[in-house]
Amino acid sequence: MIVEIGHYALILSLALSLMLGVVPLVGAVRHDAALIAVARPAAVAQFALIALAFAALTYAHVVSDFSVVNVIENSHSAKPMIYKISGVWGNHEGSMLLWVLILAVFGAAVAVWPPAMPRDLRALVIAVQSWIAVAFLSFILLTSNPFARAGLPPIEGNDLNPILQDPGLAIHPPLLYIGYVGFSIAFSFAAAALINGRIDAAWARFIRPWVLIAWVFLTLGIAMGSYWAYYTLGWGGFWFWDPVENASLMPWLAGTALVHSAAVMEKREALKVWTIFLAILSFSLSLLGTFLVRSGVLTSVHAFATDPARGVYILAILVFFIGGSLALFAMRAGELKRGGIFAPISREGALVLNNLLLTTSTATVFVGTLYPLALEAFNGSKITVGAPFYNYTFVPLFVPIFIAMPIGQMLAWKRGDLVGATQRLVFAFVCGLIATAIFAWWHGAPVLSIAMAGLSVYLMIGSFADIFGRVFGRGVSVGVALRRAFGLPLSAWGTAIAHAGIGVSLLGVAATGWGVERIVTMHSGDSYQVGPYSLSVEAVMPRKGPNYSEVVAIINVKRGENLVAHIEPSKRFFQTRRMNTTEAGIVTLGFGQVYVNLAEEMKEGAIDARLYWKPLVSLIWLGALVMALGGCLSVFDRRLRVGVAARARNAIPANAQPAE
Amino acid sequence: MTRKSRRLVLIASAIAVIGVAVGLVLFALRGNVSFFYSPTEFAEKAPAPGTRLSVGGLVKEGSVSKGADKTITFTVTDTNKDVRVTYTGLLPDLFREGQGVVTAGVVGSDGWFRADSVLAKHDEKYMPREVADALKKQGVWNEGEKK
Repeated sequence: MIVEIGHYALILSLALSLMLGVVPLVGAVRHDAALIAVARPAAVAQFALIALAFAALTYAHVVSDFSVVNVIENSHSAKPMIYKISGVWGNHEGSMLLWVLILAVFGAAVAVWPPAMPRDLRALVIAVQSWIAVAFLSFILLTSNPFARAGLPPIEGNDLNPILQDPGLAIHPPLLYIGYVGFSIAFSFAAAALINGRIDAAWARFIRPWVLIAWVFLTLGIAMGSYWAYYTLGWGGFWFWDPVENASLMPWLAGTALVHSAAVMEKREALKVWTIFLAILSFSLSLLGTFLVRSGVLTSVHAFATDPARGVYILAILVFFIGGSLALFAMRAGELKRGGIFAPISREGALVLNNLLLTTSTATVFVGTLYPLALEAFNGSKITVGAPFYNYTFVPLFVPIFIAMPIGQMLAWKRGDLVGATQRLVFAFVCGLIATAIFAWWHGAPVLSIAMAGLSVYLMIGSFADIFGRVFGRGVSVGVALRRAFGLPLSAWGTAIAHAGIGVSLLGVAATGWGVERIVTMHSGDSYQVGPYSLSVEAVMPRKGPNYSEVVAIINVKRGENLVAHIEPSKRFFQTRRMNTTEAGIVTLGFGQVYVNLAEEMKEGAIDARLYWKPLVSLIWLGALVMALGGCLSVFDRRLRVGVAARARNAIPANAQPAE
Repeated sequence: MTRKSRRLVLIASAIAVIGVAVGLVLFALRGNVSFFYSPTEFAEKAPAPGTRLSVGGLVKEGSVSKGADKTITFTVTDTNKDVRVTYTGLLPDLFREGQGVVTAGVVGSDGWFRADSVLAKHDEKYMPREVADALKKQGVWNEGEKK
């Protein structure tokens, strides 16, 4: 019964979305207040219906209702509760339902968002958002119904894919989807602005918080996915340039460009057409990612099931939204008024360079990801584009970004002083050089790691150079400096912290070159040296878990004679799916990690294993957390709260530029 | 600077960045992509020693043997032709005789394929698509049996 209520709620939400896609649109075009007024309550109702459907599916999974096909295929009564709940989106149908749930959350959030924005703009955004909802709700109902009942309910389910039975499943997909789908708001705002033809600084101020929220979640989602792959796949790598990873990287790169171009538009009313284009591009790449992952054109752990009808349907959605929005863009872009002018050496100029490099690097990832698919469709040859391709294309494009980032922060709006900006970064340059020397002495080769480490230190310190210059001055007391520091806009702190986060991640990536890897056959009583630590194997033995059996190695990690940690890497066997997983034994020591991974079955008390020492590796993901923190601070910037900005504008004489 | 000359600077720098990127992509695509061959294609096309390739198929029953220092040799087959592979290192969890596998490496001068990476299928439902396609060509793949 509850399952049918969920199914019915989903159908109702489709009907409601159809209405919501048309009525406010007509209202906005005809300036009919009554029709426009429908948008806000209906968007909230749409969210409530989809949430009800999602709750119903969650209920079926929690109580292990094996009369539902989705539960049979992906659950098992002995499965721990956290995986029963996260298993709801650990399959194709459920993950699409989570996708539309988040879409509806964003739609409802726009509806109840407090800042005063033009009523017709809000109605149009909600209408465009509903078109996306219609596309995906019909996709779910027609090709991937999660509520389908089984004719003959079995006693037990097939269990969830053991690789997915991990806390990562509870966190990674929701974060990533909030990021992906968050860009739908930027897209809807862009489409709404193109429909009503009003694109100005206020519009940029409306979308910036949404873009930042999407960007923060996408950053966290990608970092979480990377860490999950790192500890679960057992290769010790953090990024594989797998097409599915690239599918999430592309919207991130485009979204990063969008965050920056929206800042230019908000401050200077320049780059209007470009910002609209980036808003469309970011969401289009999110849709492309959904298509690549969900259609089965790629093979990966993420491709749960392949059904040609689904691929064709998502492709049709992709073509409709990308084609439609670009056609609208082509029609309207010429009518937009030109924005503020600026010299090439200026804050705007630096942000244009940032956009240029980010979109170009997006394009190289796009080529690397889709070229094999295109080539296969064209002449049938199958090729693999691996890490070397990206090392030769993506990395050279990113080095100038890293170098230019702190310089760009130092440049003034409209017309900057490049020499002055560089002079104020001398301290950061010197720190970078000293760090290079220290790392060269401490770790030695490879040269690339040393250079990257130096660059990362320059980046971390250079990111704060602007704030340092604004807070301290000749003869400024500590009290005054503190007061000034608290008085700075949050977005200035956000920028500095997010940029420094990139430096932190870069240092972690640089340090992978100094890692130690050993492949050994372990017996109990053996001891191995990896990096500064020695691992002594206490026992290698079989053990029972709730829905699996495992072989586990009990290992003490010592530094000299001192016991510093205890790890238990294991190899699990899941009876229901007859499948093995590897649970790496990982311990974080300082910022580095000792990583032990077992291979193959035990024979005569011995087991093959890979032992790693990875110095500073945790910085890769900590850096992403720092970036996300910077993004959060910017979201809460006072200037982005539109009402405040409007009051402030009224208080000062017209035409005055807001003080930076 | 006039609006026109500013735009010129913008367009020139855009062309420069995109030009560099296109150059890098073309350069990287020449040297850093590897073709996927089934054992039959491997036999037909006879790639020169030193060529970088991926070869995929089934691990032939009874062909896996482990030598000293973790060197493993096995045969990859699509039931029509075989390729002999050597690999040094740890095999993935799901590597078993009779199962699908994709190996990447270099063609040796002695006819052996020296793999530097071995990927096995992820679970019982999933077969690397390249392998499935290669096996379909040889008629040993039954639709619906494993998918």
